[in-house]
Amino acid sequence: MTAGQLPRWVDLGLIPFLNLAAAFLVSGLVVILIGENPLEAVQILVWGSLGYGEGIGFTLFYATNFIFTGLAVAVAFHAGLFNIGGEGQAYIGGLGVAMACLALDGIVPWYLTLPFAIVGSAAMGAAWAFIPAWLQATRGSHVVITTIMFNFIASSLMVYLLNGLLKEEGSMQPETRTFEDGGRLPFLNDLFPSFGFGYAPVNLSLFVALAACLLVWLLIWRTKLGYEIRSFGANATAAVYAGISPVRTIVITMLISGGLAGMMAINEIMGSQHRLLIDFVTGYGFVGIAVALMGRAHPVGIILAAILFGMLYQGGAELSFEMPNITRDMIIVIQGLVILFAGALEYMFRPAIIRLFTPALKAKEA
Amino acid sequence: MFEDFILILDSTVRLSTPLLLACLAGLYSERSGVVDIGLEGKMLGAAFGAGAVAYITANAWLGLLAGIAVSVSLGLLHGFASISNRGNQIVSGVAINFLAAGLTALLGQTWFRQGGRTPALPEGGRFGDIVWPFAEQIREIPIIGPIYAELFSSHNILVYAAFLAVPLTWWILFRTRFGLRLRAVGENPAAVDTAGISVTWLRYRAVIACGILCGFAGAYLSIAQGAGFGVNMTAGKGFIALAALIFAKWRPASAMLTCLLFGFLDAVAIRMQGQELPGVGEIPVQFFQALPYVLTVILLAGFIGKAIPPKAAGIPYLKERS
Repeated sequence: MTAGQLPRWVDLGLIPFLNLAAAFLVSGLVVILIGENPLEAVQILVWGSLGYGEGIGFTLFYATNFIFTGLAVAVAFHAGLFNIGGEGQAYIGGLGVAMACLALDGIVPWYLTLPFAIVGSAAMGAAWAFIPAWLQATRGSHVVITTIMFNFIASSLMVYLLNGLLKEEGSMQPETRTFEDGGRLPFLNDLFPSFGFGYAPVNLSLFVALAACLLVWLLIWRTKLGYEIRSFGANATAAVYAGISPVRTIVITMLISGGLAGMMAINEIMGSQHRLLIDFVTGYGFVGIAVALMGRAHPVGIILAAILFGMLYQGGAELSFEMPNITRDMIIVIQGLVILFAGALEYMFRPAIIRLFTPALKAKEA
Repeated sequence: MFEDFILILDSTVRLSTPLLLACLAGLYSERSGVVDIGLEGKMLGAAFGAGAVAYITANAWLGLLAGIAVSVSLGLLHGFASISNRGNQIVSGVAINFLAAGLTALLGQTWFRQGGRTPALPEGGRFGDIVWPFAEQIREIPIIGPIYAELFSSHNILVYAAFLAVPLTWWILFRTRFGLRLRAVGENPAAVDTAGISVTWLRYRAVIACGILCGFAGAYLSIAQGAGFGVNMTAGKGFIALAALIFAKWRPASAMLTCLLFGFLDAVAIRMQGQELPGVGEIPVQFFQALPYVLTVILLAGFIGKAIPPKAAGIPYLKERS
């Protein structure tokens, strides 16, 4: 059962489609269990996420978050590493964004703050990934476990900082002061009023995310470092024989991965909330795993998967509004099912499909 | 001072019980080579199942059974994905955590309409505290009295079950044929397979054992310690249990000590909230919350001994290569 046994379109198209279909089928059963009509629910979901300008705006806003966290997981995948710490890295990345914005927002316009926010968020996210990376590379402690631990440490640290050092004076809320205009990215609705994004918080960081996709593609498939990362992921032993340093590859890959996760905070903090607050990541880091899996760790696939998850988020919000029985928790269920069928059960349909295609393939060879 | 200390130890026992049950659950699974980061989800599912059924039937035992049933089903799902379909065990665990978090809140709201919570339990729906004989009479004796009356007596039955599960787990793993095979399948599944023993069936039995213990852990939260299910009531306990499992280097007795340590940190954190320490000032509660994870990372770094996981952990077993 090697990958070469099936045509490419089956591997990259049909199987992910079947997995996704299974996930949605089970989601439909859950909707029936709650006593609502699944077809109607799908209609509301699609209309709510794509049917009008503001809905599309929200979908793209959520998709921006998912692109960053999806890319983060994908880069690590290429080196055979599983970065499950996107949650914590994005959270700490928020610290980098907030520091840049708090320092500069009153002095310079947003386009001068943005580079510092990008560097700050990436640096903080990368820093949070560094210790797990270094421990994996030199001490052999598994990066999955250490990044989980670092998610919780990040959460404690941020609650502590936002209740003390970073808290606005005189405020009871555990959050920083609201940024001035110099710390706010323009909303796309203000730049392109004709799209009618309305009050949707989709902002300029969407283009930062798309640029990150391009850079990741260039890095992985067009540079020496990318080649080393892929070689190491495909066969670590062979890569070491070829002179690729495992410590260097693991650490650099994880730094890039953590940096990408950290950049998610630009969208949330500088693009939408305009202040640093508690728990702004709320699962985006974990959903990045599903995005990377569905997108087959390729930037184009990740953009498509991110839009799909953005639709689920926005459409799900609309759904809970229209059908009060279906709360926002339904989105979490659907995400869980997608992760299950597209990720953990990814090989479930393969044997059957291989059997289906084998006569056809043999006939072709003959 | 001494009384205070006993009270902290008493709440240590209460707080470490769910950790210990979940930690032993993970022990069975991981010793057989199936990594389980879905402990959190299984506990949460069990807490919901137990809370819902205990409310409807007003019977704590039926609640416990329901909790175990939910948790074992999630465990079998993990097994189906990672043993039968050789899927990625981490991804499967993440999926289970998502499913449990979403489904419990969604079904809770649909069935009970209290924002995802289950209603307060009726009489009999909860495991009450068991007072040991003569606890009241002995209480007045200095030192021994409080230890007997507070620390040992007056816990619910699941607390005692958790601590009895420690020697039981040790005995099963290290003194029975099943335990020997379970450990072998986590180290070298090919050798077990060659001996004519089914790797698949052994690992399934391990995830079922894991599910049963997670069921106890979840039921403890909702129908023994608490009086009903609350949304996301596990709040990361499954992950602390996972950390404890690594900290204990996958050994039952060490697991108990680690869970007691982590429970103690939690108890101290609650106790210290808003209190000044002489010379140090107030220690932030977040420090204690982060400490179990920090300690585990330090351990993983190899500064306190070395944590070596079962050799085949996380690797799906492929019987034949084609």
